[in-house]
Parts: sequence; C-alpha cells; structure tokens
Amino acid sequence: MFDARPNTSSNLDYYRHRAAQFRSQVARRLDGSLTEEEFRPLRLMNGVYLQLHAYMLRVAIPYGTINPDQMRTLALLAQKWDKGYGHFTTRQNIQFNWPKLVDIPDMLDALAEAGLHAIQTSGNTIRNVTTDAFAGAAADEVMDPRPYAELLRLWSTDHGEFQFLPRKFKIAISAGAKERAVIAAHDIGLRIVRNDAGETGFQVWIGGGLGRTPLLGQVVREFLPEADLLPYVEAILMTYNLAGRRDNKYKARIKITVAERGLDVMREEIEAEFINRRAVFTGVDQKLLADLKAQYAAPNFRHEPTGDYEAERAKSGAFRSWTDTNLSAHKVEGYASVTLTLKAPGVTPGDASDEQMRLVASLAERYGHSDIRIAHDQNIVLPHVHKSDLPAIYRELVEAGLATANAGLISDIIACPGMDYCALATARSIPIAQDIADHFRARGLEDEIGQFNIRISGCINACGHHHLGHIGILGLDRAGVENYQITLGGDGYEIPAIGQRAGAGFPGEEVVPAIDRVVTAYLALRDGPQERFIDAYRRLGAAPFKAALYPETANA
Amino acid sequence: MSKTFTPSPETPAVITANDLRMGHCVWMLDGSWTADPGKAQLFEDGPRAELALLEAEAQGHIVVGAYLAEAKRGPNGPEATHFREEFRRRGPSNYFHGKQAETVTA
Ligand code: HEM
Ligand code: SF4
Repeated sequence: MFDARPNTSSNLDYYRHRAAQFRSQVARRLDGSLTEEEFRPLRLMNGVYLQLHAYMLRVAIPYGTINPDQMRTLALLAQKWDKGYGHFTTRQNIQFNWPKLVDIPDMLDALAEAGLHAIQTSGNTIRNVTTDAFAGAAADEVMDPRPYAELLRLWSTDHGEFQFLPRKFKIAISAGAKERAVIAAHDIGLRIVRNDAGETGFQVWIGGGLGRTPLLGQVVREFLPEADLLPYVEAILMTYNLAGRRDNKYKARIKITVAERGLDVMREEIEAEFINRRAVFTGVDQKLLADLKAQYAAPNFRHEPTGDYEAERAKSGAFRSWTDTNLSAHKVEGYASVTLTLKAPGVTPGDASDEQMRLVASLAERYGHSDIRIAHDQNIVLPHVHKSDLPAIYRELVEAGLATANAGLISDIIACPGMDYCALATARSIPIAQDIADHFRARGLEDEIGQFNIRISGCINACGHHHLGHIGILGLDRAGVENYQITLGGDGYEIPAIGQRAGAGFPGEEVVPAIDRVVTAYLALRDGPQERFIDAYRRLGAAPFKAALYPETANA
Repeated sequence: MSKTFTPSPETPAVITANDLRMGHCVWMLDGSWTADPGKAQLFEDGPRAELALLEAEAQGHIVVGAYLAEAKRGPNGPEATHFREEFRRRGPSNYFHGKQAETVTA
C-alpha cells in the first residue's frame, strides 16, 4: 500500500532509527549473541557486504542526485572511515571499499544527518531508482523525470509487500528524446513520452537485465497515463512476486519470468491486477507528485552574455577540447551541463578522492545551482552551469585532476571493481581498463576514434555492463589464470543491443593488442569520422572485426 | 573456494577467512589467526585439515567465512597457488595501499 512515511518531516528520524537499529545488531554480532548466518541478512539490509579485503558499504544516491552538503558527507566518510576515496557505480551509487564493521554504525549516523542512507542497496528489494544524469537540464528532455523517480523511491522504500521479492529489482526512468538511462537493461524501464493528445505518460518496458542471461527489456505498455504510474508498477511487481521463480536464484529475475511465460501472458496478468490496484490509489500519490514537481522546479537561471566563454575557447586549445567533449546541451540558453569524468590517466574508473568530492561540492555551490549528479557511466555531472563560469571552473578542475577531456571517448571506460576488491570476481577489471585507456592516449588516437564505449566486468554478474559495450570485456578464470572474453556490438542507449561473443578469450597481456587491432580495423573501414564504431559495426557486421581480433584464423 | 577440497601432500592448503571486526584477510596457525599468510599453517593431511576447518568455523566470533585454500610450500612459508589468493595476500593492484604499503613499512 502506498505509504509516504519516509518522506515526511520525520525522514531523518527514520534514517537515524535505522542506523541505531544496525548499531545494536553489530554490537550483538560482536558480543556473540548473533551468528554470522543471523547477522548477514541484517547487514545486507544496510548495504554492508563482506568483500575480498574488507567490508564494503554501498550508499544510495537516489537517481544520482545529490546536493553539496551530502557530497561533503560522502567525502567525510571517505576520509575518516575509508582510505580517502569512494567508488561511484553504474547504478549511480557510491561504494566504500575499506570500512571496518565496528565503524559502520558511525558512518550510517553521519549519512542520516545528511539525509542519506544505505537502505535497499542490497537484497531482493526494489533498488535505487536510476535516471538520466542530465535530468532537468537536457535540451532534448520531454520533462524532468526526477519527481517521478522520487515518487517511486518514496513508494518503494520499506514497501511492506516488496521486501522479499524473488530477486533484486531495478527501475530506471528517462525522459530525453535520446535515451540515456539504459532502460532496456532494467527490470522495469520507464520512458516519459507525450501522446498525440499532448499528455505525458510512460512507455513501460519490462524484463531487461544482464548478468548470466543477458536480455533486453520489452515494451509491455505503449502509453501509461501519468496518474497510473504507481498502481501499474505495483501490478508489475505483484505479478512478478507471484510468478517469479524462487527455486533457482539464477532464474529468479523478472527477465526470466517474462522469457519463460511470454510477454503477452505477463501483460494480461499485469493489466488485470492493475485494475484492482488502480482502485486502491485514491489520490494521495498524485498530491505528493504535485508537491514533488514543485520541489524540482527549475533553479533561477541567469541570463547573461557568454562572451568570456567564447573568448577562452578561442584562446586555449585545451579548454576548447574539454568543452567539445565534456559539455552537453542545456535546455536554457547560455547554460551547459558539464561532465567531470572520473577516468583521468592512471585513475581507477569511477573513483573520486575526498578532496575531489569537496571541490565538486564547492563548485556546485558557487557555479552550479547546488545540483550534482552521479552518472551511470561512473562520472559526475554538474547539470546547470552558465557558460560564462566555465573558464573559472575549468581552472579549478584541472588542478584537481577532474578536467580530463574524454567524456564518451575510448578512455571513458566503465569498469566494475573486479578481483581487486570483489569476492565474486573471476578476474580483475580495473587494470585492464587502465591499460586500454593508457594505450589509446599514448597513440594519440582518442579524438580521432570519437565516441566509443568500452565496458568491463570481472565476472558474469555484469556489474560493468560489458554486454552493452561497443566492445565488452568479461574477465574469467581459466585454470587459475585471468582470461578475457570479448563481445562486440553492444549498446545500452538508442538502439539497445547485447554484444555478441567474438570467439576465444585472451590472456590479460593480449587484451590491449586485441582491442587495438579491432580499433585499427574500424579506423580503416569507417565511412568517415562521423561514423562511430557501433555504426560501422552495424553496417558491416561482425566479420571484419572478428577477423581483426583473430588474424590467424582469418588467414587460415 | 569449495569447502570440499581435500588437502594432500601434493595439494597442500591453508585455512583462511576474514576478520569479523576489521574485515581483513587472516590465516590460521595453531588455532589462532594471523594477518601474515607466510606464517600460516600448511596442511598436507586431509582429515587434520578438515578438523582444523571445523575449529575455524567454530570461531565465528573472531572470523567470517573460513575455507581451505590451496597453497604451496615456499622459502618464506606458504604461497598462494591461485591468483585470487595472491590478491587476498597482497591487496588490490590499483592502489599502493592496504597490505602492500604495510608490508613495505614493516
Ligand atoms: C563489489 C560488490 C558487488 C557485488 C557483490 C555485486 C554483485 C552483483 C551480482 C551478484 C549481480 C547479478 C545479479 C543478478 O543477475 O541477479 C550484480 C549485478 C549488477 N551489479 Fe553488482 N555487485 C557489486 C558491485 C557493483 C558495482 C561496483 C557496480 C557498478 C560499477 C555494480 C553494478 C551492477 C549492475 C549494473 C548489475 C546489473 C546487471 C544486470 O542488469 O543484471 N555492482 N551485482
Ligand atoms: S561483475 Fe562480478 S566482479 Fe564485477 S563487481 Fe560485479 S560481481 Fe564483482
């Protein structure tokens, strides 16, 4: 049933209360009154995993939106209870790799004071709702998806009926004419659209997910009126909760339920349930939505000339190249959204230091209407920046190592923690990502290659979204040695596609040369600089790229 | 990291786990725990190793997730045979911190 309790003025109290609860659970674990078997589900309910070298705390950043004070709190956690950095994930969250169990209650207390928490960042529940990092700013947006994301968050937090789903459940929502939230790879994907009558509503996708059985979502409803969002999503969840398999963890995601039973059967059941659920929603959700829309009203944009910005572009090649790659079109004249990539040379993809986090907080306050986003591609976005402020921002970013001009380029790689941290990993991903980035930088080819997505996971769970990389890399264990399987042609955005396995895997030291051969083949085969790798791949098929990967077989 | 793995003179093993309070990797020696894998006890006898593993599992107030990991005899004590265990011994490869740094200063 709809319950907005966590969002009322008492929401901080609620987070404090949850932190206190966990403090007592930790104390009881340490004094021996709870066994690990009893404690494990309790710690997972609070985002605490035990990884290879340490505990890991996953903190929710709802739809990647965070304010400067909250960012400073994350910096504090990194500095005081970790080793001075945090890892931003593809799910717009942050993970801390080194907390001690005894410190985690203090960390949760600090988060609670900032309105943050780790609730439902693990377990078979509805996880953090994700969205476009440019929400509320993008020039091509139908409307700001964040009020709906917040509505979904409030509804799903502590939702009594959906705490023990067959498996984890991920919802993504996007509103750009261009799709940027990877909705096809989510359990539910929502795309905000306008119908012929000019009303806004949602195109609803279900059954997407990667992992060991990668499947793209399918459209279950072409147009869902805005007011029906919660009852319809609830109907999907209820149908899944009943029909989803619980006998086999690997077949428990809704993607398998949809694949096994068929989309039409699911649709029929969802629609039937929707009628019942619709009747129960008497309007409190709509009142709340109206409040949320007011809360997410656009900031007070300035109207000023951008001459300084143009002058700096003319003067400085480095500034120009950074603005060429790292700015996105804003809906308001004179503004831009700025991507700060966490992919500087030698840096672990997605990591930010406590000092970098504090700088971002301060820049957002001074120049960015106090709005910060964590992007799906493990980068940070300042969504609303007036162009006249960009030269000043750029200077500070350069000093902090946050001005790498590579957003969307071949060195802007998504990589999961892999065997360097993750207890489930079968191989490392971080050093492979770093080697590939270094290699193409050293060859000076990055700009020439253009938009290129490489994604790496350290095991079949696919946290690094390797299936959706134009080139995907999956780390495996072949008889005690790291081995990397390559997939080609994946895409998470406009034309969702699961990459196809190219052939036998490569030992770690052969990955960079192999990728280099594919990229070199692409540069020779493309129609021109405007044809991205993925476009060339679609036009030419896999054969020429496979031949580049496996030259011996091609010549045989 | 199967617990059904049985050590033998050809495939010796150590018992390893994570420290409950701190989370770091630890290795068993004579029923107690050390953060130095070189000091770990190397088991070549299946039944003795199984017994020691039961003992390790009974120490749930000190460690989490004890298991047998294949190892080999080295000049400075047991060495890992699988790269996963090598990472648990050394720490992550992306930063020079954690165990690498500690080993150097020690
Ligand atoms: C280190 C701790 C982590 C653990 C133990 C972990 C575990 C898992 C597991 C078991 C799955 C597969 C779930 C399933 O198919 O049912 C999964 C999926 C996923 N994880 Fe992680 N993960 C971790 C870290 C991360 C990080 C750091 C990221 C982002 C960089 C991430 C992003 C994802 C995503 C996006 C998926 C979804 C793949 C899909 O669509 O099925 N995870 N994770
Ligand atoms: S893909 Fe595998 S190795 Fe990478 S974070 Fe996920 S579970 Fe760990």
